[in-house]
Formats: sequence, structure tokens, C-alpha cells
Amino acid sequence: MKPKITDRIATGVIIGIAGIIMAILAGLIVYLLYRGLSHISWHFLTSPPQSFKVGGGIGPQLFNSLYLLVLTMIITVPLGVGAGIYMSEYAKANKLTGFIRLVVEVLSSFPSIVIGLFGLLVFVNLFHMKYSLAAGALALTVFNLPLMVRITEQALRGVPREQKEAGLALGLSKWKTIQSIMLPMAFPAIMTGTILAAGRVFGEAAALLFTAGMTTPKLDFTNWNPADPHSPLNPFRPAETLAVHIWKINSEGRAPDAPEIAAGASAVLIIIVLLFNFGARMLGRAIYRKFTATK
Amino acid sequence: MNSPVKRENAAADRVSHFPKHIREEWVGRVYVYACVALLVVTIFSIVWFIASKGLTPFVSGAIRIQDLLTGRVWKPEGEPPLFGALPFLAGSAYVSFIAAAIAAPFGFCAAVFMTQIAPKVGRRVLQPAIELLAGIPSVVYGFVGLSVIVPFLRDTFPGQGFGILAGSLVLSIMILPTVTSIATDALSTLPAGLKEGSFALGATRWQTIYRLILPTTLPSLLTGIVLGISRAFGEALAVQMVIGNAPHVPTSLLQSAATLTSIITLEMGNTVGGSLHNNTLWSLALILLVMTFLFVFIVRLLERRAKR
Amino acid sequence: MKKSLVLVLTLIVALTLAACGKNNNEGAASGSPSASDSAPASSASGEALSGTILAAGSTALQPLVEQVSTKFMADSKYSGISVTVQGGGSGGGLTQVQGGQADIGNSDIFAEEKFKDADADKAKELVDHQVAVVAIAPVANPNVGVDNLTKQQLVDIFSGKVTNWKDVGGADQKIVIVNRPSSSGTRKTFENLALGGPSQDLPGSIQEDSSGTVKKLVGETPGAIGYLALSYLDNTVKALKYEGVDASVENITTGKYPVWAYEHMYTKGEPTPVVKAFLDYLMSDEIQKSDVTDMGYIPVGDMKVARDVNGTVSNK
Repeated sequence: MKPKITDRIATGVIIGIAGIIMAILAGLIVYLLYRGLSHISWHFLTSPPQSFKVGGGIGPQLFNSLYLLVLTMIITVPLGVGAGIYMSEYAKANKLTGFIRLVVEVLSSFPSIVIGLFGLLVFVNLFHMKYSLAAGALALTVFNLPLMVRITEQALRGVPREQKEAGLALGLSKWKTIQSIMLPMAFPAIMTGTILAAGRVFGEAAALLFTAGMTTPKLDFTNWNPADPHSPLNPFRPAETLAVHIWKINSEGRAPDAPEIAAGASAVLIIIVLLFNFGARMLGRAIYRKFTATK
Repeated sequence: MNSPVKRENAAADRVSHFPKHIREEWVGRVYVYACVALLVVTIFSIVWFIASKGLTPFVSGAIRIQDLLTGRVWKPEGEPPLFGALPFLAGSAYVSFIAAAIAAPFGFCAAVFMTQIAPKVGRRVLQPAIELLAGIPSVVYGFVGLSVIVPFLRDTFPGQGFGILAGSLVLSIMILPTVTSIATDALSTLPAGLKEGSFALGATRWQTIYRLILPTTLPSLLTGIVLGISRAFGEALAVQMVIGNAPHVPTSLLQSAATLTSIITLEMGNTVGGSLHNNTLWSLALILLVMTFLFVFIVRLLERRAKR
Repeated sequence: MKKSLVLVLTLIVALTLAACGKNNNEGAASGSPSASDSAPASSASGEALSGTILAAGSTALQPLVEQVSTKFMADSKYSGISVTVQGGGSGGGLTQVQGGQADIGNSDIFAEEKFKDADADKAKELVDHQVAVVAIAPVANPNVGVDNLTKQQLVDIFSGKVTNWKDVGGADQKIVIVNRPSSSGTRKTFENLALGGPSQDLPGSIQEDSSGTVKKLVGETPGAIGYLALSYLDNTVKALKYEGVDASVENITTGKYPVWAYEHMYTKGEPTPVVKAFLDYLMSDEIQKSDVTDMGYIPVGDMKVARDVNGTVSNK
């Protein structure tokens, strides 16, 4: 009888712990939304922050985060996919491949603050980019690249071998097979992975403190000339992202409503991360259905 | 004037003699090799730049490595300045090990739940939930830690709420997804026959889990834990917000402490580049870098054992 | 064969990277012409100036400079000038202005105090522009039951000799110290002028770099003591008198209250016309009498005493 009782207790404990994890997550999200939602308004999302007065918003920060994400993805995706193709299709089982695999692994486990410091040293100081979106995007690329490589590699490995062989049998070159048969097949998985990675990039702050900076110049949202210092599109202007803004508000915020702004901004950040998550999941499922024609 | 045109023609001829698919293949190959080369260049430049900055204090003879690693007093502006990084090493080690100690049982139980007890509920509810935890930005964790965990600890226990425990709690939630996903992978790749055999012998589920599944998957579980520790070790902002930042080797869980990452975030902006103080902060970054290599090495060792 | 190919490719990429770096560099230069580049184009004879200014450094000074720069750029006289303000800490600001990456370095303390020993020459190249005065007051949680501390009492508290508020005439409550990291300019000012010497990093004390966090902590934590720039004070914390003297504007300007420091904006060499226009604007009565005082700073012109690098105070 005794082992049975232990079994019941153990099962109970395990289910309990699973419940606790769910409760932590639910509590976390409910708390953030509860504290922040009441502060979110159209005005909050679009107006610039105020240093001393009530009623500041997070408009430029939101724009910076999204723009920086786009810049990062423009650099990361082609590089990551290219390296991922190498890993899954061209790499032979030899020492060199093992070495490159190690490189990817190490790169993905570097603390983000170290990557930020590297960005400060190389992009900001050595390349004279100063604190800028470009420097931030490059630092985030270093941070995101190994993830993209893994996503691509796994996605390509998921493509059935027959598809690849059929392509090669038709006399297509290996590259052409990859390009026009395997990549489209792997596209849903790459897409889903990329969106999830985007969520991670969106919330990153430590790597940006020393690269994209903690300030945003006055932006003129009617000026879309990327070379103009006031243009929001200028990649060589400093940019404070939403995540960095939350950090700064929590420490230096002097506006009377700083706690509300921090709560509101956290809620916005969490909502966007949730959107990325569910978006990736739903998109993945939709494409999967279309491909497999199941209901 | 003539010769460049001729050369161009010649080049065009040569290209046209190449069959199209070989040219394609070459373009593709050059592209992917370039991407990979970029990865390698990136990592070498990271190591090179951080190391060349971080080694300056030792090379110039201003600080001895052993003094930095074992010194207990951090007084960079004192007379004479003292650079003992032991408090930060200890702080980093404490928070990440305690975080792992909290996250490990939780992660294992979650994995057992998802693979052995209720796979359907697990896949549909728990798995997405844990992935979501991984997606929450670290500043948000810091914000929650500062506004929930610190006040809670301050009201429940003696002390100010800031300290090792607050940092560990925040980190344990942050690394839970890492630990869980690796444990889940390990449990789900277990041969079904193993489990069925155990059940057939009359063992209860818990006995099977405890006596069979846990020992066989232990190396993989450890891999997850080491990866979790590695992530906790390098986390900066969330920890800095809740740990209190006093540069002392902590003597209790509730005492304010500092980590390698928190001291870098705090002091990097206040010091002038090229000064000894600033360069020593780069040495701390170098220590972080070396630790990363160490963690990767341990993970590799464990993975090799797991495969056997 | 394969390996050599990889090698060659690595080299190519490395070279491309280097080239990219250069390109980006040029891009940055053309994207935002620095003040010195474009300054000669404008004549001093009242014609509109144009160019960009980058001011980086102290987070304590940053809000003021940001506020003033917004007004400055809105002024039609200076519409050709664009000012960017960055944080990054006093040390970062000084490093950047010294290295030529920024046009102005904002700092809470004298450059000579940061550039020491081997670097002392670097400070000599910098020109100091003192734009405001900020006073620092010891602050405590409102419930500690003390409203005045002597210098000796402060020294005892910050060196760990006194650990309970009742020993300095307050409630029976443990003292929690909220200090700044050792590199902080505010800490240096407080140590030099209020304590008369370095304070200790006591075990169990909390260290935060930013004034906002310090204010929050002192307000929330029972028995907490810290120090804050006057511009951050509000009713969540209690400003303590120092040696019986209130940190009021009058006491500061007359030098009766000693814990105050200049906010510096350093330029490398004499400022270019564009940078000078901005600094002059910042020093104008219009700004000094409104924005500077509104934000809790004290105009330099109001000070009846002056202090030099070594801390010697003299009457003006």
C-alpha cells in the first residue's frame, strides 16, 4: 500500500508545482496589466515623454523599439539564414564544422551585457557610430544571430529528404534545390522562429544601454529623410527603446507620474511580446494547415 | 582604352562557358561561407577586444590577477585604490546557484507533468506558458521584482528586502524555461520500452520516475541546470535592480550584495575611459566572458555523457 | 583545398567588415555633420548659425540640458542648430568630449577629479563651463524622528559607528544606509563637503546610482538614510538639516550651507561658435531665472561664493 500512497503524494506535488508555475505566469501578467492598462491611452502611446510634468508618453520609444527591430532583422535574417543553410546542407562532419558549432553555441551564451560592451568598444568608439540605432542594431545582430542560425538549421532539417532528392534528381544544382525547394518548405518554421526571436530582441535592454544610448533626440515625424538628424528614420541618431526607457524611468524618473509610466510601459511591452508569441504560434499553425491540407 | 573592354569581353566569354548551375552553386556557396565566416570573425573580435581591454590592468602591472580574484575589498576611489572582485564573484555565484537550486525541482516537475502525467494539458497549456515566461523581457522581471518581491521580503523578513534572495527569486523564474525545456526534451526522448518495462514489473509511476527516469536522464537535466546557471550569471539589469549592490561578500541571504554584471552597469558610465577603474571594469567583463566559455565547456562534457 | 577556401573567405569578410566600418564612419559624418565641421561655414556677423551639437554625460544634469535644448531649438534664431543630449554618466561624458566624440561633456564634478595621475594632462585640454549649482541634502525616511544631523553624527552613521536612530536622538529603529557607487560624482561631493572624508561601503548597505531610485528607496524603507540633489526632493522623503542649517536657496547662495557643487559642461578647447551659442543661451538670464530655478538648480550668477577645484571657498 505504501508505494501507492507515495505515488499519489508525488503526483499531487508535481501537479501542484505545474499549477504554481501557471499561477506565477498568470499572476505576473495580470499584475502587469492591472497596474499598467489603466494608464494606456492613445495619447500615452503617441506623445513624447515629459521629464517633469504629468502626462508624458512613450511614442518615440515605441517607434524606436520597432524601428530598431526592423533594422536588426534586416541585418540578421540574411546572415542567419545563410549560416543556417551552411550548417544543415554544406557542413561536413569534420573538425571545422564542430568548431563552427561551438562558435554558435558560445555566441548564443554570451551575456547580453558583454555584447553591449563589445558594441561600445567596436561600433560606438572604433567605428565612430556614437550611440546610434545602427550601433544598437549591430549589437542586437550579434545577440540574435546564433538564434537565427539554429532556427534555420532546424527548419531545413525538418524538410523531408525525398523533396531534396527529387530536386537534385531533376538536375538542379544544390543551391537551386535549397533556394527553390527547401527554403519554401522550411519557410513556416523559419518564420515562426524569427517572430519568436523578434520578441526577444524587442525586450532586450542590457546590450542597448551602451550602444543605442538612453536618449532620443527631438523627432520630427513629418520628416522622412533618413539623412536628416531630426528624422525618425536616421539610423545614426541615438535611440532609447521601450525596454531601456522602463529601466531609466524606474531609476531616474522625475515626472510625478513616473511609477504609472513605468507600469504602463511594462504593460505595453508585455502586450507586444504576447502578440509576437501568439502571432508566431497562430501563423505557424495556419501555414502548417495550408501545407498539410488538414482541418 | 582598348584593353579593359577586351578583358571584360574575355570575362564574359569565360562566364558563358560556365554552365549556369555551376555559377549558381558558386554564388550560393560563397554566400553561405561568407555568413559562417562572419560568425567566426564576430566571436574572435569579441574575445580580442574585450580581452585586450580587460587585460590592461594586469599588463601595466597596476593590479595582480590574484589580487583581483581574491581581494575582498572594492575601493576603486580609495587611497590607495583597492580592486578586490571577490564580492562580485561571490555575489554572481550565489545568486545563480540559488536560482538554479530553486528552478531545478520546478523545471523537473514541470517536465514530468508534461511528459508523464498529463501530456495533453502539458502541451496545450503548460508548454506555451513556459515559453511565454522565456519571452518576458528582463527589465519587466526587474520591475516586478522591485515592486513585488522586494517589498514582500522587506515586510516578511528582517532586512531591507534587497539582496541575494530577491535576486535569486527573480532569476529562478527567468531561467525556469531553460531548465524545463531541456528536461522535457530529455524525458520525451526516453525509450518507451523502459517505462513500460518498469510498469510491467509493478512499479508505481513515482517509483518509475524516481528510480528509473531521474537517474537515466540526470546528465541531460544537469545540462539544463548548467545552462540556467550560465544565463543567470550573465543577466544584468533585472539583478541590478533588486540586489542592493553593496560590494561585500554577503553573509546572509537577505543581505545586499553585488554581482559582476551589476557593478559593470553601475560604474561603467561614471568612470572615464582609460582610467584604471574603468579598465578594471573591463577585466570584470573579461571574467564574465571566461565564465561563459567555462559553462559551454561543462555543458559539452555533460552532453557527451548524456549521449553515452 | 576546402580549408584554404574557408581561410580566404574569412579574410575577405574581415576586410569587408573593416571597409564597412569605414563606410559607416563616413555615413555618420555625413549624416550628422559635427559642429566643428560646419561651424566655419557660418560667419559670426549675426548670420544664422547651423550645425549639430552632441552633449553627453551626467544623468543629473541631463534633464536640464534636455529641457533647455528643446527651447533652444524652438527659437527661430537657432533653427539651424540641432542639439542632441545623451546620458551615460559623468565619466562617459568626459571621456567622450576628451576623445572628440561629443562636443560637450556634462559632469557633476571637476574634470581634474576624474582625470587623475597619468591622465592629468587630459583634463588640461578641457574648458570648464559652470552652468548651474546643485545642492545635496542628507535625506531620511519620514518616520525616523530626526530632523537635524551634525557632521559628526553623519560621519558616525556613514562609517557604521552608529547603527540605530535612537543614538542620534530619533526613534528606536535600525539605520539603513542608501549610498552611491564609489564612482558616483554625487557621492564624491557629499563625502568631501558633508563628511569631510571618504565614507565606507558597509556590509548590508544599499548602493544605487540613480537619484530616482535613491529617493524611492529612502521613502519606502523604514529607517533609511541617503543623500539627494535638491532638485529631486519631494515630500516622500525628509530633508535633514546639516549642522542646524537648512538647505534653502538663501543658505546655499551665501555659502552657509556647504554641501553644493557646480554642474559643469566641458568643451575640448574653446567652444566653436555653434556650441558657444548654446552655452550662452543656457547662461542667459532668461533661462537661468526660469528653467534652471524651476528644476531645482541654483543659477551660478546668484552664488555669492565660489569654489575651486581644491574645494577652497571664497567670496565673490
